[in-house]
Parts: sequence; C-alpha cells; structure tokens
Amino acid sequence: MKNYIIKRLLYIIPVIFGVCFIIFVLFNLVGGDPTHMLLGKHATAQQMEELRRTLGLDRPLLYQYFDIVKSAFTFDFGRSWNTKQEISTMIMDGAIPSLSVSLPGFILSSILGLIISVVVAYYRGRKIDTVVRIACIAGMSISSLAYILFFQWFFAYKLSLFEISGYEYGFPNFLPYILLPSIIWIILSIGPDVRFYRTVILDEIYQDYVRTARAKGLSEIVILLKHVLKNAMIPIITYVVIQLPFLILGALLLESFFSIPGLGGITLNALNSSDFPVIKAMAVLSAVAYILFSLLSDILYTVFDPRIKLK
Amino acid sequence: MSENILEVKNLSVEFHTPEGITRAVNDISFDIPKGKTVGLVGESGSGKSVTSFSIMKLIPSPPGKIAGGQILFEGQDLVQFSEEKMRKIRGNQISMIFQEPMTSLNPVFKAGDQIAEVLQIHKKMSQKVAMEKTLFLMDQVGIPKPSQKYHAYPHEMSGGQKQRIMIAMAMACEPKLLIADEPTTALDVTIQKQVLELMFDLQQKYNMSMLFITHDLSVIADIADDVAVMYRSNLVEFDTCKKIFSQPRHPYTKGLLACRPNLDKNPCRLLTVEDFIKDGVEIESPKVYDDKIEKNLDSEDTLLEIKNLKTYFPVKGGFWGRVIDNVKAVDDVSIKIKKGETLGLVGESGCGKTTLGRSILRLNPLKSGNILYKGEDITLYSKKEMRELRKKMQIIFQDPYSSLNPRMTIVDILREPMKIHNIGTNKNERVDRCKWLLEKVGLNQQALNRYPHEFSGGQRQRISIARALAIQPEFIICDESVSALDVSVQAQVLNLLLDLQDEFKLTYIFISHDLSVVNFISDNVGVMYSGKIVEYNTARNIYHNPQEEYTKTLLAAIPKGVPKDFLTV
Repeated sequence: MKNYIIKRLLYIIPVIFGVCFIIFVLFNLVGGDPTHMLLGKHATAQQMEELRRTLGLDRPLLYQYFDIVKSAFTFDFGRSWNTKQEISTMIMDGAIPSLSVSLPGFILSSILGLIISVVVAYYRGRKIDTVVRIACIAGMSISSLAYILFFQWFFAYKLSLFEISGYEYGFPNFLPYILLPSIIWIILSIGPDVRFYRTVILDEIYQDYVRTARAKGLSEIVILLKHVLKNAMIPIITYVVIQLPFLILGALLLESFFSIPGLGGITLNALNSSDFPVIKAMAVLSAVAYILFSLLSDILYTVFDPRIKLK
Repeated sequence: MSENILEVKNLSVEFHTPEGITRAVNDISFDIPKGKTVGLVGESGSGKSVTSFSIMKLIPSPPGKIAGGQILFEGQDLVQFSEEKMRKIRGNQISMIFQEPMTSLNPVFKAGDQIAEVLQIHKKMSQKVAMEKTLFLMDQVGIPKPSQKYHAYPHEMSGGQKQRIMIAMAMACEPKLLIADEPTTALDVTIQKQVLELMFDLQQKYNMSMLFITHDLSVIADIADDVAVMYRSNLVEFDTCKKIFSQPRHPYTKGLLACRPNLDKNPCRLLTVEDFIKDGVEIESPKVYDDKIEKNLDSEDTLLEIKNLKTYFPVKGGFWGRVIDNVKAVDDVSIKIKKGETLGLVGESGCGKTTLGRSILRLNPLKSGNILYKGEDITLYSKKEMRELRKKMQIIFQDPYSSLNPRMTIVDILREPMKIHNIGTNKNERVDRCKWLLEKVGLNQQALNRYPHEFSGGQRQRISIARALAIQPEFIICDESVSALDVSVQAQVLNLLLDLQDEFKLTYIFISHDLSVVNFISDNVGVMYSGKIVEYNTARNIYHNPQEEYTKTLLAAIPKGVPKDFLTV
C-alpha cells in the first residue's frame, strides 16, 4: 500500500511534464503574440521588445517550458499581467469564496441524494419510485439559468429572503450570500445524483448475496444499509471524487450571476483579457488536482472493497 | 403434532407478467418427515426452485404470488405469516443453501462475520459470543484454522470452502429444516463428494430435516429418504428413494434415470427424456442403443501433435513489478490426436485443462513447446497465418448464457464468422447455410430472427455449436460445453456432438470435470493434475483399470447413481 502510494506519486512527475508541454505548445504556437494583445495595434517595435523582456518572453523556449513545470511543484505562478498581483494569492483569495458555495452544496447534495436513492430503492417499482424518477428528469431538463434567474427574482427580490448577489469575506459574514447559490447547486446536482445512485443500488439488489441475506432473516432495511450500500460504494466513490476538482475551480455561471469573487470569475476575467499566466496557472492546477483526486479514489476503494489490493 | 416437519398441500405459485400469468408451480403436495431428507428433482424451469423459495417466502413479489394451497411448518401455515414473522423463521428455523457459492456470499464482508450475523440477529448473541460460536461452527464444517479463516474474505477462499461457509451459516441456529438448492452443482466431483458427506453427517447429528433440490438424480441417491420429481410445474412422482430408482412409474423419471452417462454401460448414444415422453405423451417402448464400437484410429493421420507444451503465467511483485515467480498452468504436456478422435481432458478446477485448450488455439502466450497441426508447427505462425488457421479450429465455451451476444439475432450470430472467413459469396447463400446449420443442430428455422434470451440453456448451446460449425472446422475444443446444462439436456447435446462428429469427421478435445461424461464421449482420456497429464489411456482402460492414485480418487468421487443399499431391495 505504502509502496503503491509512493509509486503513484512518482507517476505524477512525468504526467506534469506532459501536461505542461501541452500547455506550453498551446500558448506559444497557437496563442499568438501576447504583446500584440497587451499593447494594442499602435505599439512600436521598441515598446513590444521592452515588454517582451519584462515578461520574460525573450528567454530561450526551454527555460520558459521549465518555468511552467517548476510552477506546478512550487505553486509560484508569478504575477498576473492584468492586475500585477501575485497569482498564488489571487488563487488563495478566490478559492475561499468558491469553496464556500460549492462545498456545502456538494456535501449536502451527495448525502441527500444517497438518502433519497436508498428510500427509492426500498420502494422500487412503487408509486414513490416513479414520482422521484420523473422529478429527477424534470429537474435536470430545466436550464440552470432558469433556476438562477427565477430564484434571484422570487426569493431574493420579491420575498427578500436572501441577498441578491455579492460576497463578504470571513465567517459568518458570507453566510447570507452563499445560501441561495448553494441551494441552486443542490437542486442542479441532485437529479443526476439520485438517478446514478439508484441504478447502482438496484444493480446490487438483484445479486445472489442479497438473496442469502434475506434467507438469513435480515430485514430489508438492514440489507440495504449494510450489505448493499457497502458494495455500491465503489461506483459511488468514483462518481463523487471525480467531481471534487470542479469544486475548487468554482462554478462559472453561479459565481458570475451572484457576483461571487471566486476562481470561476478569476478564470473568466483572465480569458477575456488574455492574462496568460493566470490561465496557465489554472490549467496546471486542475491537472494536479485531477491526478491527486484519482489517487485518493483509488485509496478509498481499498477501504470498501477487500478484493482490491494496491500493489 | 404430526410426524412431518413440513407439509406442502396443493401449493400453486403464479407469476404475473405483462405477457400473462405463468403458473410456475401447479397444485403440488408433499411432506418432509422429521429428521429425513427429501430430494426434489427436475430440470431448470420445472418449478423446483420456485417451490423452495415459496417455503421461505422469498419469491420476488411482484411478479410472483402464492396463488393457493398451504405450507404447514410444524402445523402452522407459513402462507399466512406476515413478513415480520417470516423473518424470525428464516435462518433460524428454516435455512437455505444456494447453488452458487461464488456469488452467494457478500464479497465485502469477512466470512466469519457473515456467519456471526445470523447468531446476532436470531439468538441475540453479543459479538464476542457469536464469534466463539462461529469458530466452533467453522470447525464443524471442516474449515481448517477457523480463527484465521474467520477474518478471510470470500474471494480468498475456494469454491468448496465458500460452500462450507454457507453451510455453517445455515446451520448456525440449528434449524429444523435445511433447504439445499443445487448446493453441489457448481463444484468439482471430489469437492461435491466432501460437501455431500458433510451435509449428511450434519443432518444425522442434529436430526434435522432436509429438502435437497437437484437436477441430477444420481447426486441424491445416497442421501435422500424420499424423492419428489417435478416436471413442467407439476409433481409427477413422490415416493421412497428406493422405489424411484427401482420402479420409476412416470416416463419422465424413467428418462431422467436413463440419460445420465453411466460408467458401467457404454452405449453409442444416450437415451434422453424425449425417448420416454414427448409433448406429454408417454412413449411405450423407448429406443435401445447398441454399445459403442471402439473406433479404429490406427490408420488415420495425426491431426494435432503437441510436444512439451509449457504455459506459465508470471507472478509480479516488488516495487518495480519484476517477475518473481511463475504459475505453471501447463507444464510439459505432450499428446497426439488423430483425425476423427475425441480426446477427453479431465481434472479439477485449476488443473490447467482450460489453459491447455486455449494454448493449443494460441489464445495464450506459450512459454515453450511445439504444436504441430497436420505436421506444421503453428507456434511459428504469424498472426495472419493464425487467423487463416482458426477457420479450421473452433472452441465452444461452458456458459451458453454469456457467450452469445444478447443484442444480435441468431442469423447475425451465425453469419458473422462466415463473413470474417469469406464463406459464402452473398447474403442469401449465407442465410441458406444458417438454415442448414440450425437444422443440423436440431433447431427450427424460425429461430433465425430471434435473440439469444428467447432460448433455453440447451438451445443456446446448440446455437454455439452451430456457430462453431459455421466455418467448416476440422477440429473443435469443447471447454466444459455441457457442464452448465441439466442432465436431460446434456444427454441431447452429447448425442448431437457425436452425430456431428460422424457426419463431418470432426476431431474433438473435450474438456470437463465430469468423468462420466468424458468417458461416454471420448476415445482417449488424459487426466490432468497441476499442469501435467498424469495418466493417458483409452477411455475404457482409464475407467476400468486406472493406474494413478489421483485417477482412482477422481473415479471414487463420482456419485454412483444408485442408493447405497440398492442391491438389498
């Protein structure tokens, strides 16, 4: 197990080199000359040359490539061209509002989804099962924009239950601002969650070992919560962990409509203003996050399934 | 109170599906006396499993429903019991063992805990007491080192051990009635013998009643007191075990007794149930087959010669995943097969017989050795040459359920290999050939546009055979091709294989763990044990004059198919 984790962590090194290479190629060959974009059409050749030197673009290409690789390990991404801020601080500042919206929404929707799907699995084939399934489809069919606009207008504007938009740093000051986006997050993700969990649980319920458990004299509830759920955890873990990187990167639409200064907003601004270092930082960061979380899900598998041995 | 622990009276079970109501069990009655074993025999779909599930009230409902009758357990009607009351009976007063030990245990819980769970819910034992009792039970069912195996997970145990765990689980609360649904069908003969003996011992020791369900009469010959025979949802015969074997009255029972290959007789074809009863009508004078004539293979050419074949599977370990050891699946095997011959390969699971078959077709990488097909060494063949050769070599697998693509119609399944190997020039020609193939394997032309799930296990295996024949092979490997089939269906498929061999001069390698089947179909037999062929001889000599100790053990484990004290009747 320890060997496996060390091995997997070592695998990260070549993967990062590869990811950085792709990013490097995209920005240098496809992206065009950033000085053009920064200085506009009327810049003189001398101005451009000067800017290039200050940005470090005159250095050999290999150096520039290794700068990206280095940043993946040190998390020092330099400064933004746009705001001149330290990018690592920008990310730290943005991650907190992003997480304060996404994390509660994610945790609550996962737990709620699991509870609903266990209940639905218990009543499988009956009326409540059909109602929930139709509700899931209906909920998924409505665009997230519709939820955002309606909820802002109705609950925040008409009923004044929540803040319409904005954000304040520090606990508990941010609470009134994150409530509405969190609720929308839950509504958006609970449909697909329930549908997925329900399928996984029902797949298990027709297995032979469930028949054995019934023949032992166990009640249906114990069978579901103890025998079935532990077996269903493997696909559920895969499904849940794969969503984790998105939590950090933030929800673009939610953040921009609710004016939350999260990472989603930062990325959007950087894209609009060709702020290359920030875009690069976000690309590198998400690659690292994916690798780490897939390692986490592999380790979690062994907790639930004794048949899986990491070697 | 009566002498019977269980009385089933006029039980009917129906399944309500959108296509209509199916009666799976039709008005059946039988008793299980205290401390006795009743065998319930019938083919798949005859309603025997539904009967046993009804006693436990475990039939999936909907669509299943007990439509009428009574199930009296110690005088109380279980049909009227609430789910909650039933739960106190299950696993406590009546317990059950299933066919598939591989899947019947929960894979993510420790074996010991799964046994202890029964004690905790029914006897309200604390975890510690339950664990102690579990260790005792595991010892009783013959699990070595119970205190270690308690913490083992199901995948760390062999099939036989898993079935022992199931038995321990069923015996935990010392039930009055044990229902065993095909408990040994999935096991090797030697393990089957051990498990049967264990169940018999436990039954005697605890004076427990047992309902033993099987499709194979010979399995219960030794242990059943009474036998009930089910045929198409009806109970057609219920009598003492001796009477069933000595004077069977119903033609179906007669057919069942006749269709099992028998080591003492050597007919050229097996009798099938259809020789006794067809479309519900009894046939007065069934066919009599002549004895098998031993083929004279001396003049034939050698089709396949295997020289010092070795197939090893590397075991990797350490930080860098180096090869630290090898599993010697096939270890230095040499055999010759003549054209038109059937070579039987027998041995227990894990002895390497399947790997040998796959290695001959080069579906596994070889470690070393030569395979000469018509004198040419095919181990030197390129991938392209091998593909060309596969036209001549086919394989039929064990599981007729999973080896046919469920989303393809039969005509597509049969046509696909023809297309790959360029047999037939156009669609019509190929469809004509499909029709001809179906006729050869005894299926109707209407089967062409249907899907695999519309067929029974035996029919599906016929389709697999037709697919193998589609490209005119010379040589077919049958890998446990009849092991998943009921004895009655097995006899039909074995006859079919022999008919086809005569007609097309086919050469077979027939791999099976069932010695009586191998004896019936083979000319020569190789007995395999841990990767080696330990004994090779003609079928007759192997069975009548075995030389090796291992062959003798295998032969001794075959159910005799007659009650122990049969001769004293």
